[in-house]
Amino acid sequence: MIDGLMTAQAVPAEAAGDYWSMLFVFVLATFIGLGVIRRVSRLLYTPLMSLTNAISAIAVVGSIAVTGAEYPKIIRILGAIALFASMTNIVSGFLITDRMLKMFKKQ
Amino acid sequence: MTYAVQQLAAILATALFIFSLYWMNDPKTARHAVVAGVAGMLVAVLTTWFQPVIVHHGWIVLAIAAGFVVGVPLSRVPLTAVPQRTALSHAFGGLAAGLVGTAEYLLGLTENPAQLTAFRMSAIVAEVILGFLTFTGSLMAAGKLQEVRWIPQRPVTYPGQNVVNIGVLVAAVALGVVVVLHPTAAWSAQAFYAIAGLAVLFGVLLIIPIGGADMPTVISILNSYAGLSAVAMGFVLNNKLLVTAGALDGSSGLILSIIMCRAMNRSFTNVLFGAFGTVQKTAAIGEQKTWKQETVEGAAQLLEQASLVVVIPGYGMAVAQAQHKVRELYDQLTKRGVTVKFAIHPVAGRMPGHMNVLLAEANIPYTALVEMDEINPDMPQCDVALVIGANDVVNPAARYAKGSPIYGMPIIDADKARTVLAIKRSKNPGFAGIDNELYVQDNTWMLFGDAKAVLGDLVKQFGSGGLH
Repeated sequence: MIDGLMTAQAVPAEAAGDYWSMLFVFVLATFIGLGVIRRVSRLLYTPLMSLTNAISAIAVVGSIAVTGAEYPKIIRILGAIALFASMTNIVSGFLITDRMLKMFKKQ
Repeated sequence: MTYAVQQLAAILATALFIFSLYWMNDPKTARHAVVAGVAGMLVAVLTTWFQPVIVHHGWIVLAIAAGFVVGVPLSRVPLTAVPQRTALSHAFGGLAAGLVGTAEYLLGLTENPAQLTAFRMSAIVAEVILGFLTFTGSLMAAGKLQEVRWIPQRPVTYPGQNVVNIGVLVAAVALGVVVVLHPTAAWSAQAFYAIAGLAVLFGVLLIIPIGGADMPTVISILNSYAGLSAVAMGFVLNNKLLVTAGALDGSSGLILSIIMCRAMNRSFTNVLFGAFGTVQKTAAIGEQKTWKQETVEGAAQLLEQASLVVVIPGYGMAVAQAQHKVRELYDQLTKRGVTVKFAIHPVAGRMPGHMNVLLAEANIPYTALVEMDEINPDMPQCDVALVIGANDVVNPAARYAKGSPIYGMPIIDADKARTVLAIKRSKNPGFAGIDNELYVQDNTWMLFGDAKAVLGDLVKQFGSGGLH
């Protein structure tokens, strides 16, 4: 389940509250990130930033869970605003990255 | 079953995001990066949306549609406005994290207090602090970059500023600890709102003392915070995909910040807490020399007779929107057998890579764009160094003038070229009032005026057949 707070839904025991494995994933992902980003072409730092902007709008996943589930209205309103903000980043981030990358030509 | 599908989808999306960043290592493969990124995002969105617990589809469709309505125009801004668009999207990322964190806390409070364990509460507090400080900090940065009238462009400093800033942050964190220990007391919700309020305030205070030249570093740091707030959300929601994608963004911001700091010979803390404006202006160095002015005709002749011309662009080129005129000059010179290269300083412009994108927009091949470290050994062989709206990144004072705010900053060795031509908008000293002795060197000739107009006149010299 995306939303651990939904206790009404059955969350498999091995997934609930296994914070150590989350921390583990975080550290490993950071190392992968450092390794991959270090190799990014220096020409492309501006599109890199708009691309990672779009990718970190993965917060959309949390926003959808909060907006769409059977929660009190005020919580879903907060979720909907967050969903709008994330979606704006996804759309404008990927579009402008592609627009910039198209411009880099060898000759 | 659905749990397994969810997890597989998260693994697939993570892999796609890693490939996406990997393909950015070469301009040739870079466009695959967008395809992989979009695919990863689609996988993540669809598998979340089609869970049985999601029932309010109307709200989701509406919010997504609104995202498209705002997102599409935001992707069409002129490339000179890309720094403020980037800052604005960091603000949106921070806002989303802050709001989801708040929603999660309220949900726990009203529906299921047992879920507010110390660990989850810590993650929620971290998410809310990071999210809201990124939100207002980035909005301020975007406002400064867009030159919004009521946001001061110059660094604003006052006595005790750092004490106030750090005090606000410490207060937010201390309140956070209290709420983590007592998540469900009668006053906990109020304390929680106070944390959010302090984070909002801290974001504003953090950016007030920052000036334009520090923006590349600040944008990178905010990029990192936006990623970390997504990581915190992942911890709250027990969602590994949020953690991995957030970590990728966080490490990208971290690496860019380090590169920007190195390129200015400054530390993180110095950028964030040692505003340029607080540095005392150094006394003028030696006796006042005066600059020599060159005519457009003379400059054109110098350029035509050169065999290697190195163009050094700076923020002034972006302000004047002169990149297309630069391209015309590039065409005229290469047609005449002159080798033209572009020397790119890492912090030229207002965000990492700003100059590269502007020059690429003007159809200058990326093979002509050369990094500072690679061009500097060639500078003594350079016949004409053409400085367009760059100032601090070519100031020789960075090499020896201790006490100068730019001391120790690596620079492009424009002064080692045989001749220097510098296009400058005004006769005033540049950022932070630092005099640039490059302009008064014996082999330097100034061209005063708007970069676009001056370059246009130069191109006309070649076009009109006045030269042959």
